[in-house]
Amino acid sequence: MKAFDLNTDSVRELNQYLHDSPSGKLSVTNPAGRHCIACGIDNAVEVSIDGHVGYYCAGMNKTAQITIGGNAGPGVAENIMSGSVRIKGNASQSAGASGRGGTLIIEGDASARCGISMKGVDIVVAGSVGHLSAFMAQKGRLVVCGDAGDFLGDSIYEACIYVRGKVGELGADCIEKEMTAAHVHGLEDLLVATGVAANADDFRRYGSARKLYNFDIDHADDY
Amino acid sequence: MPVRKISLIVVYMGVHCKIPFGTVTAGRIMCGIVGIYLKNEGLQPELGGLLAAMLVEMSDRGPDSAGIALYRDPVPDSSCKLTLHAANRCDWDALRTEMAANLQADVKLDVRASHAVVVIAASAASVQDWLGTQHPELRIMSAGSAIEIYKEKGLPVEFVRQFRLSELNGTHALGHTRMATESAVTTEHSHPFSTGMDLCLVHNGSLSNHNRLRRRLRDEGVDIQTDNDSEVAAGYLMWRLREGDSLEEALERALKDLDGFYTFAIGTKHGFAVLRDPIACKPAVMAETDDWVAMASEFRAIAQLPGVENAMIWEPSPATVYSWGQ
Repeated sequence: MKAFDLNTDSVRELNQYLHDSPSGKLSVTNPAGRHCIACGIDNAVEVSIDGHVGYYCAGMNKTAQITIGGNAGPGVAENIMSGSVRIKGNASQSAGASGRGGTLIIEGDASARCGISMKGVDIVVAGSVGHLSAFMAQKGRLVVCGDAGDFLGDSIYEACIYVRGKVGELGADCIEKEMTAAHVHGLEDLLVATGVAANADDFRRYGSARKLYNFDIDHADDY
Repeated sequence: MPVRKISLIVVYMGVHCKIPFGTVTAGRIMCGIVGIYLKNEGLQPELGGLLAAMLVEMSDRGPDSAGIALYRDPVPDSSCKLTLHAANRCDWDALRTEMAANLQADVKLDVRASHAVVVIAASAASVQDWLGTQHPELRIMSAGSAIEIYKEKGLPVEFVRQFRLSELNGTHALGHTRMATESAVTTEHSHPFSTGMDLCLVHNGSLSNHNRLRRRLRDEGVDIQTDNDSEVAAGYLMWRLREGDSLEEALERALKDLDGFYTFAIGTKHGFAVLRDPIACKPAVMAETDDWVAMASEFRAIAQLPGVENAMIWEPSPATVYSWGQ
């Protein structure tokens, strides 16, 4: 297995190697909170990072399988396209922001704005998420096994939110929706695939009331 | 309802944008703050070195100026300790002699780059009054019994060298690296800002109602010297503490009165406190081991500390006051 030690190798060298390698396994040690580790990969590589990472780790990921052994800073897996990113610890704000596909698994908690503007990614959080999670989320699924902070799903479009624990104040135009058998089965498959131990029957579903999609003519005189 | 949606989109643009990556990064990283509180007394001789490593790691966030507030060697109640800054060359020996003669007290003066720490067997108020009338060209950076504040324009690495940070012992310290966004790059505009005896504040973010608040504070008799927004936050705390609030009460009230984005770290004689704005727009990470408690804008600053691999690490919640050693 190829190994990079970020005490001696630069993040730029690591990322260039990842961009040039069509496959294989790679380990990264001593990340020490550095930014932009394993960003922009467009190859089926497996990357294992031993420690805590800084901003934008695994950003724009395509097909690669990335595991972060510790915590992740803001914007982890931002704009993920496909593949998977697994965080063993906690994630800071804006995890999976604007992600278009693939899977983001957070084994700990995620802070504010998890899944902001997500566009197709599946995000599974074994712990809780902070405020304004799934803000303006357009497509994909956000699964929260713990609690969700205030303003969940504010201005949400067609993304689907599942929460097992308590939910703070719901955001504008976000409502609880019926959990159909199809939703339970789909969620069950996702939990099994991501290896997160939770019972799909215990979750509630939230989504868009679709009241903000069109300008309300009743308010035309206000302007 | 449509209005509400528009306002939320504005918030959204502030916290996460669909504009090119580099622009987002540059827009989000104004200033870096660090803090360390030593639980293990054996580490006290190394405080300056530990702080220096954290500060230099935050250079990308603030290359314009750097500053620290460090707490060490408290003086007896009958004495006070002041940090002075001279913008131009100063004959510090002559000042020491003049002070001793005029204030009829023993004076110890320790020069560090453009600053000097004065320890004098007199009340802080009397020394401040005397300096204000006799030496208005000198700026009083801090006053109290343990606090020392040093700050200067330029890269953090240059600041660390110039001020010989690795020599400094102490119990706890805060640091700041500044990327100026709303006022000039000068030593006066740099952080930390003194907020009273043995108190100081460092700030990452920007306040939007600082002009109105500055006028109100000046009406209340608070001396605000620059057009910097962070100095207004420091002045606000000074005012509330003067009015009898505890530090926690003052910070709770600040959540209502200060409008904008901020992570504050507030140094006190015995520890420090941290507060993030209610939507947690600005980053902050905390960590604790048996030997120390640390906070920083980014984990990579904390990653410089010994024993970090076994630290408990967490992100402080918004609108929540965290404090140590008070």
